[in-house]
Amino acid sequence: MMDRVLFGDNQFFGVNHMSEEKARAQAMRFQDLPAVLEVLDTAYQEGIRTFMCTTHDRVAEICDHFRANAAKYPDYQFYPCMPYAHKYANAVTEHGMIEALRMLLPQEGAIAAMLKGGAALATKDIEAIMQLLIDAEMKMFHGLSTPVVFMQNVITDLLLGLRMNECFRIFHDHVKSRYGAEPGYITMNVPRLLDVLEALDIDNPIVCANINKIGFRMCGGIALYEQTIATRRFRPVAMSVLASGAIAPREAIEYVCRQPKIESIVFGASSRGNIRQTKTLIDELTVTA
Amino acid sequence: MIRTAMVGLGKMGLSHLAILRAHPQLDLVAGCDSTAYLTDILSKYSGLKCHADFDRMLEQEQLDAIVIATPSKLHAAMVEKALNRGLHVFCEKPFVLDVRDGERLVSLAESKGLVNQVGYHYRFVGAFKEAARIVKSGALGTVHHVRAEAYGPVVLRPKGGTWRSAKSEGGGALYDYACHAVDLVNFVAGPPASVGGVVRHGVFSQDVDDEVYCTLHYANGASGQLCVNWSDESFRKMSTKVSVWGTHGRITADRQECQIYLREPHAAVPGASKGWTIRYTTDLTEEVWFYLRGEEYSAQIDYFAQSIRERRTDGENTFRSALEADRVVSMIVGETAGMLTMPSAQPSRATLWSRLFK
Repeated sequence: MMDRVLFGDNQFFGVNHMSEEKARAQAMRFQDLPAVLEVLDTAYQEGIRTFMCTTHDRVAEICDHFRANAAKYPDYQFYPCMPYAHKYANAVTEHGMIEALRMLLPQEGAIAAMLKGGAALATKDIEAIMQLLIDAEMKMFHGLSTPVVFMQNVITDLLLGLRMNECFRIFHDHVKSRYGAEPGYITMNVPRLLDVLEALDIDNPIVCANINKIGFRMCGGIALYEQTIATRRFRPVAMSVLASGAIAPREAIEYVCRQPKIESIVFGASSRGNIRQTKTLIDELTVTA
Repeated sequence: MIRTAMVGLGKMGLSHLAILRAHPQLDLVAGCDSTAYLTDILSKYSGLKCHADFDRMLEQEQLDAIVIATPSKLHAAMVEKALNRGLHVFCEKPFVLDVRDGERLVSLAESKGLVNQVGYHYRFVGAFKEAARIVKSGALGTVHHVRAEAYGPVVLRPKGGTWRSAKSEGGGALYDYACHAVDLVNFVAGPPASVGGVVRHGVFSQDVDDEVYCTLHYANGASGQLCVNWSDESFRKMSTKVSVWGTHGRITADRQECQIYLREPHAAVPGASKGWTIRYTTDLTEEVWFYLRGEEYSAQIDYFAQSIRERRTDGENTFRSALEADRVVSMIVGETAGMLTMPSAQPSRATLWSRLFK
């Protein structure tokens, strides 16, 4: 069972779907690690012990802190979301696709991994390449608890559109066998993804998607999403429940809590007031739901 | 079903391919790229029929339409061949590198009555559409200045081995970034009559520009500025903004929001009082059937499919419209013929300072 409330990381990395100015202000505020850790501590004190985070380079520093202070956070866990796509996109623009892939495969230390990477590249063995890329992204979480590992939506939806369906199976198997973790998929296209995962016999998958009262970025429409949540077998994690602030908090949380079987809600916030308000609302409305 | 093929499976090409394959009215029958490595993986893992040779694909496949996302210098020849075979064409931006090619292709597409569209996706972003609508409505009064800015973290060090770093292939910030900003100016405020004060400068690149600045002049005396820099690491990804000043107010739009200042309320902006009004992407965005990286990428492909069904040849982002952007780019190039400044081989002042303080 996942925690009911997960803490997101967009605010730390200058991601704001409402305003570029606000995003920049957040990037400034959180450019030093202590400011990030202070907010994570606040969330922890408010009872949120799961950090759902992209594999941004800076998350490695956060991981270092949690490793060094394990006693302070005995039950803390990470839900990595991989990869931080701009890292790949910028590398591809600058170096071309194959060279970028070569650069992003693990390089230091394990010569064996390099050779494996080279051989996999040469034989177009996508399974071996994906496994190496997953391992490279997971490296920063070494020694930390990572019970769920997500594929980022830009990759999920790219593979979904390309019909590279086997990649979902490869991700699923590797996350389970190598990390003993549950694989999860972030997507903007829930019904379509479920069709593919069902066809691959991936049963009851964890799927994280925008679920909000105004239907923002819910492809196929809010009615289809509600029906999908009510009738299909999967474990939904709701994100963007406030639709970047377009919906008032109580109304937003009420809507999500009214949907059956949404297992978790992920949200990001920067102030104790907002963290407490959202957490309290979820607790309150979950109990009465 | 519209039988469609896709040529050029680079970064943008793969994104298009995913959207095309997800579209319910498009049958993506084949892909084409000269990189065998990539096409081998695609055919092996996604079942896509792939060709290495464009001409052979056109000969062998029964097609209605084609999407072209190859390096810019290849656009003109490919578009021409596709049109001559009677295919509807969607071509990535910039349309062509030589305005004369563009003029010929506009006539060819129009004479054949074929759907023709260029991938200026910002015209499908809700906030930019709203900005264009408000400016056209006259709510800002007489427009006297426009500014388009595009910044991003593409070239951050003196290296790079892709076609984007080669001048002859349509690389550089002018063709890759600035053309978006230019098209946005054309979309929101109309195309300028001339340009001046052009600066093209390689911050890190040796052969192409990394930043482009210029003044835009309109026939009626209005002016504009273009500020483009793809060597700015402070941006997480490409960020584009357009601002328009008029006698009755101003507007600034980016991908997320549209900030409007009106000196007087206007019927075209319902609910807006005197002063500031902010419209957010959550209000301005229309839902798409499939989402990848942004609604606008799906919306423009859907628009292309609708155009084919309706035989709409005068819609948004036609070759004719994209050629207006190419013309402005060509004016910028003309102003700077032989004047492209590049990083000096001499130690820069910054290097001297950093040496002193090491």
